Amino acid sequence: MRLSKSWTLTRKEFDVFRRKRYILYSLVALPIILSLLLPLSLLLTTSSDQLSGQVLARLLESEVSIFIILAALLPAVVGSYSIIGEKLEKSLEPLLATPATDSELLVGKGMAAFIPSIGATYAGAILFIVVVDALASGRIGYVPLPDWYTASVLVLVAPLACILSVEFNVIISSRVNDVRAAQQLGSLVILPLLGIFLLGQTNVLTPDAEDMLVVAGILLIADVLLSFVSRATFQREEILTKWK
Amino acid sequence: MGVAIQAEGLTKEFDGVPAVQAVTLEVQEGEVFGFLGPNGAGKTTTVRMLCCLISKTSGTAFVGGHDVSKLADQVMIRKEVGILPENVGLYEELTAYRNLDFYGEMFDCPPNRRRERIEHLLRMLDLWDKRDRPVNTFSKGMKQKVAIARALLHDPKVVFLDEPTANLDPESAKTTRDFILELKKEKRTIFLNTHNLDEAQRVCDRIGVLKTSLVAVGSPDELRKSLWGRKTVVYLVEVNEHIIAALRDLGIGNVEQAGANRLVIDVADPDAENPSIVREILKAGGDIRFVTELRPTLEDIYLKLLKGGTASA
Repeated sequence: MRLSKSWTLTRKEFDVFRRKRYILYSLVALPIILSLLLPLSLLLTTSSDQLSGQVLARLLESEVSIFIILAALLPAVVGSYSIIGEKLEKSLEPLLATPATDSELLVGKGMAAFIPSIGATYAGAILFIVVVDALASGRIGYVPLPDWYTASVLVLVAPLACILSVEFNVIISSRVNDVRAAQQLGSLVILPLLGIFLLGQTNVLTPDAEDMLVVAGILLIADVLLSFVSRATFQREEILTKWK
Repeated sequence: MGVAIQAEGLTKEFDGVPAVQAVTLEVQEGEVFGFLGPNGAGKTTTVRMLCCLISKTSGTAFVGGHDVSKLADQVMIRKEVGILPENVGLYEELTAYRNLDFYGEMFDCPPNRRRERIEHLLRMLDLWDKRDRPVNTFSKGMKQKVAIARALLHDPKVVFLDEPTANLDPESAKTTRDFILELKKEKRTIFLNTHNLDEAQRVCDRIGVLKTSLVAVGSPDELRKSLWGRKTVVYLVEVNEHIIAALRDLGIGNVEQAGANRLVIDVADPDAENPSIVREILKAGGDIRFVTELRPTLEDIYLKLLKGGTASA
């Protein structure tokens, strides 16, 4: 497999994305909104009397898990355009007629969805950390983020969730012809991940790096399993004759 | 000249239903081969098999000497052929130049060569000045030209064109046809899927008529002869029974009166038989206005073949 061939495809995808305002807005707006909204809503609606520094730190820390959801949500926006867009423009056939292998094309498409999604997630996470540290360290008494939990979420779990979503979107794209439908179906991948966030917010799950290692392990297995399915789905003959 | 495309018993079934059945054909290097057939006849499926986009169910096929069923050969075939699919499939938001540059890179064209080829093709197709405009601002004909440039960017020896003039206005269709003729001069092998019989007649050296299986292959003249034989038409001031009887006595082919002043005569060799036909008519007192050959159009041939006629060419 030649990664240079995949990268050629990825760069072309980036050129297309740059001209799709909807994708740009999603990649910029979603991370900013989440990064500001979550900590500000907590910090501005509570006082030191209501929440101790320790509880506030734990709540803010648990909010970091939103970036797992964001990493899984963004590929639904980007990836659906990447494949369904080609289906709608009927540009898949000439692409499949190039000497690139099925794997090179799949990896190229995958990177095109993964790189901007994880990039936007990290940008949002950095903004979140800066806002939390700037506004909450006074009340908490120390600079709360980043910590090991944040590191495990951002370095391990978020990229694995993003890969899972990319693979899921390849499978979805083979069965639908509408970008919005693909985005809605593709977004279903966040449901189990939403659980992690909600359990953290309701104090059922404490923000713990070791727990995240377990989640990362589960996601890794799911990624490997789904990679076989998406690889089987993304084959020339399958695309030309069976994709709806 | 060698064989550019060779298929023997090429068959494709989808869920047990044959889309293409036992197609056997050879296309020589530098030849323009027209593939005619109604919708659903299997033309696109055949092209997709030959371009290694889909697998065959049975039979063999070689393109440029490479076997379509071998994985290593498939990459070589895709490198060596250019394809213009039925739908142009360009990236609408990207410029014409970026579209071509991307495909050039996918076909492993080095950057300098890529720039040269893109400029050469876009100038040839009269689009160089519009190279930096997004494709979605182009007319259908202009998009088709960009797609043709894409198919030729890597300088392929064999070019598959699937309905290249479908849905184009007459002017764009003519430009496209002229371009195909230019490619013919460059001695490229062209495999042309088309519904347009006039186009096939104008540009193709040989044609194949497909209706799931191959009904006939040959040059338009060969098919015409094998289906119709040759016929001489004589226009007279008036046809009478003496003239018909005199011609029948000559012992040539069938003589048929077509209207009040026209005779249609089957001939095996017009050069040898027409002078004696004229002499006999004059001897029988006929006044000849003119003599011509009845040439069925490619449309006549095509329709006859699809209705079950067979050609031996």
